[in-house]
Amino acid sequence: MRIKSLLLAAVALATAASPAMAHRQWLLPSATIFSGTDAWVTVDGAASNDLFFPDHQPMRLDGVKAWAPDGTEAKIENGATGRHRSMFDVKLDRPGTWKIGTAQNGVSGTFKVDGVEWRVGGRRGPPPQPGAPAQPNSVATLAEVPANATDLNITQSASRNEIYVTTDAPTETVFQPTNEGLEMVPLTHPSELVADEPARFRFLVDGKPAANLKVDVLPGGKRYRDDDGLIEVVTGADGVAQINWPQAGMFWLNTSYSDDKPTIARATARRLSFTSTLEVMAP
Amino acid sequence: MKKTSLLIAGLAAAPASASTISITIPRLDVAEYHRPYVAAWVEPAAGGDARTLAVWYDIKKGGAEPGTKWLHDLRSWWRKGGRSLKLPADGVSGATRAPGTHKVAVPSDLKPGQYTLYVEAARETGGREIISMPLTIPAKAAAASGKTELGAITITR
Repeated sequence: MRIKSLLLAAVALATAASPAMAHRQWLLPSATIFSGTDAWVTVDGAASNDLFFPDHQPMRLDGVKAWAPDGTEAKIENGATGRHRSMFDVKLDRPGTWKIGTAQNGVSGTFKVDGVEWRVGGRRGPPPQPGAPAQPNSVATLAEVPANATDLNITQSASRNEIYVTTDAPTETVFQPTNEGLEMVPLTHPSELVADEPARFRFLVDGKPAANLKVDVLPGGKRYRDDDGLIEVVTGADGVAQINWPQAGMFWLNTSYSDDKPTIARATARRLSFTSTLEVMAP
Repeated sequence: MKKTSLLIAGLAAAPASASTISITIPRLDVAEYHRPYVAAWVEPAAGGDARTLAVWYDIKKGGAEPGTKWLHDLRSWWRKGGRSLKLPADGVSGATRAPGTHKVAVPSDLKPGQYTLYVEAARETGGREIISMPLTIPAKAAAASGKTELGAITITR
């Protein structure tokens, strides 16, 4: 009986700690290579199991940003959210490589006050209705965790989801790492991905090469074949993953990293993830 | 004696400037035909920067867009150097060509050596094709042929 309840608690925890596992978050640009400075990229955003079919939840657009080739923030235009899919446009009015995406930060976990377990952070499921009673033994933010709390078991989470589009000659400014969390620095420029040429990307955690990181790469178009086509690669000591593309097309890339080195006070662990969608051209 | 050999060398080099590449755009029996965008460029056989010899696109397009919107459909040329070429480019860019055979001069300042010549064509509502063939400078006669979007490509001295 006791074992059973412990097990249930563990399952509940695991589910709460990794909400991103439920469905794949993706951004799908209409193209990644453009010519001229009168170009527009239109982007779909959603969460679903199969890529890139919007059949589950639209992506929330309030966290989506775009950066021009010089690193300044650019405008997200014509944003709209449908039942299964959000969309927006970015006008590529300057030559070079643009970055578009989201960076989400959160905390979740448990602590105890006088031997009673409390929960911190967002729960899965729909947000509470206005006027609904507060969740028992639950606080929304880390700041609300009382000073006398014990048995802190709180995970800091930070996830990036980025795409890169280039008009005219490619540039590198938007790949400058912030040295915070999990980041990807392309050694092969995302505008130069070709099916018969391996691509190399360096992954960094807090600016240092992330060795032995498992990187998943999935081709789009799941509905038109039997297997999911997963490509698993592991980074070397230099944090570099080499990907050999099986064909041209759009690919979803995802990797995550966990450690016990959170960068916010009172958190006890952290979970980082990085997601991108890359376009590979035919030779 | 020395003078003579210099003279001979000069004579031997001279035909290089007169060499031409002939590019044939095939006549296609399709419901909706648009002239293809075509790019021709050379790359040193040992590796090195591409040099564009010709790019034919919708150079006279009216309106706000200078006809460059679809240049990236010449996807190999675009990646190899088209994307950093300032257009229009003197002596390189020109309007799209009708079906038929068109001549492109081999630049006289191309240093002797081994190169690869590439010709790429992309057509609106149509296909895309790329042809590559060795090019020796000073030029030697050579020929290749496309299957769909390009016809015969010949190098003449």
